[in-house]
Amino acid sequence: MKSGVVWRCLRRRSMSTSVIDWWDNVGIAPKDPILSITEAYFADSSPRKINLGVGAYRDDEGKPVVLQCVRDAQAKIAGCEFLESLSRQGSMKLVDESVKLAYGESSDVVKEGRFAGVQALSGTGACRLFAEFQRRFRPEAQIYLPAPTWSNHRNIWRDAQVPQRTFRYYNLESKILHFEALMDDVKNAPNYSFFLLHPCAHNPTGVDPTEEQWREISYQFKVKNHFPFFDMAYQGFASGDLDRDAQAIRIFLNDGHLIGCAQSFAKNMGLYGQRVGCLSILCKDAKQAISVKSQLQQIARAMYSNPPVYGALLVSTILDDPDLRNLWVKELKVMADRIIKIRAVLRKNLLELGSPLNWDHITNQVGMFCYSGLTPEQVDQLTNKFHIYMTRDGRISMAGVTTENVAYLANAIHKVTKSGKES
Amino acid sequence: MRTQFPPSSAHGSPSPTDRRLSALVRHLGVGDHSASSMESQDPNPAISPSATAAFSGDSVFANIVQAPEDPILGVTVAYNKDPSPVKLNLGVGAYRTEEGKPLVLNVVRRAEQLIINDQSRVKEYLPITGMADFNKLSAKLIFGTDSPAIQENRIATVQCLSGTGSLRVGAEFLVKHYHNRTIYIPQPTWGNHPKVFTMAGLSVKSYRYYDPATRGLNFQGLLEDLGSAPSGAIVLLHACAHNPTGVDPTTEQWEHIRQLVRSKGLLPFFDSAYQGFASGSLDTDAQSVRMFVADGGECLAAQSYAKNMGLYGERVGALSIVCRTADVATRVESQLKLVIRPMYSNPPIHGASIVATIFKDRDMYTEWTIELKAMADRIISMRQQLFDALRARGTPGDWSHIVKQIGMFTFTGLNTEQVASMTKEYHIYMTSDGRISMAGLSSRTVPHLADAIHAAVTRVA
Repeated sequence: MKSGVVWRCLRRRSMSTSVIDWWDNVGIAPKDPILSITEAYFADSSPRKINLGVGAYRDDEGKPVVLQCVRDAQAKIAGCEFLESLSRQGSMKLVDESVKLAYGESSDVVKEGRFAGVQALSGTGACRLFAEFQRRFRPEAQIYLPAPTWSNHRNIWRDAQVPQRTFRYYNLESKILHFEALMDDVKNAPNYSFFLLHPCAHNPTGVDPTEEQWREISYQFKVKNHFPFFDMAYQGFASGDLDRDAQAIRIFLNDGHLIGCAQSFAKNMGLYGQRVGCLSILCKDAKQAISVKSQLQQIARAMYSNPPVYGALLVSTILDDPDLRNLWVKELKVMADRIIKIRAVLRKNLLELGSPLNWDHITNQVGMFCYSGLTPEQVDQLTNKFHIYMTRDGRISMAGVTTENVAYLANAIHKVTKSGKES
Repeated sequence: MRTQFPPSSAHGSPSPTDRRLSALVRHLGVGDHSASSMESQDPNPAISPSATAAFSGDSVFANIVQAPEDPILGVTVAYNKDPSPVKLNLGVGAYRTEEGKPLVLNVVRRAEQLIINDQSRVKEYLPITGMADFNKLSAKLIFGTDSPAIQENRIATVQCLSGTGSLRVGAEFLVKHYHNRTIYIPQPTWGNHPKVFTMAGLSVKSYRYYDPATRGLNFQGLLEDLGSAPSGAIVLLHACAHNPTGVDPTTEQWEHIRQLVRSKGLLPFFDSAYQGFASGSLDTDAQSVRMFVADGGECLAAQSYAKNMGLYGERVGALSIVCRTADVATRVESQLKLVIRPMYSNPPIHGASIVATIFKDRDMYTEWTIELKAMADRIISMRQQLFDALRARGTPGDWSHIVKQIGMFTFTGLNTEQVASMTKEYHIYMTSDGRISMAGLSSRTVPHLADAIHAAVTRVA
């Protein structure tokens, strides 16, 4: 060993160009808890394997789906001569259509231009832009994240150097919203706090406030002067109805809150890899909106200059064309309905297997995910014995469940839980 | 107890303010809430107006002022507003054809068509590090197919959002994992460089680069400044076709720079935005980078496909970190993922698919190199034509730098007043530092520009 060290030193000194160990201190990074599941799944050679990790939609054959409206939009764009100017327009159109989707076609805010909207790199990018903006202009602020929330939320606000706290959200025992605790935390937070809210299909729990509860949350936010930031990744995907899924946002808008909103088209248009999204921040008036938008663009400029045009072009083409838009709405409902249906089938199977546990939450929860209540140990057993992959918090991506594999899945869950121990 | 709102709606439809007030009142109506939820609420209905309520009080962001326009993109904005039929946009560095039109390369169209027609392709998420094929082939493009660093698996390459994205990810990585937080950038450099590095948390210093007297490289100044940089500092180097000056070191000068950088233990960070575009040869334009890799040392390299593939809007690029060992490269890649995930999770698929499709097909790759050379040749021809036109007019001064400088831009040497007069009198749009984008010129418009320069030089101080 010693001679090795000596040799290395000699080697360095003998080279006229000194070669330095810059990166000796760099340790191997922990794998992303969600994306590493898919990696592990791909490495598994079992024919029975099921991927219930990342939230990407699959049809009933377990295949990823390109929506027909997207294929049609692609064909429409491919035939176009003036791509560069179209591309420029595409981004602006994307923002205009996105805010209408979120805030409603007839929203005053939209009509009066009282929002700063920029295209963002899907939901992640929109959240990050907002976090950076928040840090720059409200440096004293922190962000309250629901417990639990999508794991990357923590990374995003951490890298933007915004201190974070949590507010109680999910009741582990009852597997429903811990509404009283939530309201307590909202009241006890200092005035003017920033809160991250999932307007529908909460990730990872699938538990959403009711309309009434949203109204009360909105009211309390008024009392406390809190800033509501919505991360909407599943509009249309939760109930199958775009307006219904945006109801929480509309309630807050109606109450006069000046919210911020991140939108993603990854799931509801199946455009995952295109990275299309929108960040909007409501402002007092159109003039202020111009200022805020200019600052957002500056932040984006130092990160990636401009967002990618292709995805924006696809989205704006679809939303702008009545036929394509109608087709999209139909296809979206098909996806949402499949998830709703397969939830019922999974629950039914578990009951028929004679499981002693309560599986109501499978059908009560909303959106792509089921927060199963399985413990990390049970999840490990599912993976090791049954080749079923999910995140260790027990989150199941229902999109990965099909008519073909639901019985196998139910059976496996039953086997690892029938001793009665669940979290 | 109900308050009457709005006070009087007898005249016309309620204003937005009134509507919002009504909504709030409706919401606050005593009968609206169930008994249980009322218990936890403040029984006092007189709420102070929320700072986030639009009807009174102000936005939490009320203190925000409008950000200054980006100086480069602002030129195009001004150009678009001008109604003159002879206006010329020599601002932003996007390639234009002889007809002044943006160009989608034929090979890119073909690749896009293949991608669309391939029904089996699905738009799922790319891995955090991007498309594997794309990364491998990008590394080969810049470092050379037979680069020992590639063969030894010593390079961590991640797909990023064009050059900007690659620079930002690299900078964030350095801030997190490298012991020195200072980066030296050439004077002048692309306007966005300091912002990218500052936002990532690096402290930015500059080294002398351009000599206004010779309109060439201030080699002495460069050596002095890099020579006095603290050991371990990061150095930004433009791989070729320096932006905005078009002034590149010669091969001999590059070797000198390399020796200095290595002996001082400086960490080189290359920005390669014009490979193939500068000279027309992909290998020639990568010489500087390959020189540094050949000595076994480490460096970072940001690549952009915006110009050389005409994929501007698709944001295609790659960041490579050349490491001493394969083990280090693996660890570095894992840490790059942690930088990327909270920024945008994974990179956009479309542009990278196009590049990978072209790279993997021998014919398409060849077609690309031909189209690339045609673009580079047109730029070189514009330089010659402008130089000849100024000589023909007897415009005072030495204009040889126009043909000596390389790449898309020419640093004319014109001052702000001269530039302003060219905009005013001749409707020529360019950045105030005197930089012109040669790509915006055509044989037809060269005379107009030559006239404008001539007028500016002879009439304006």
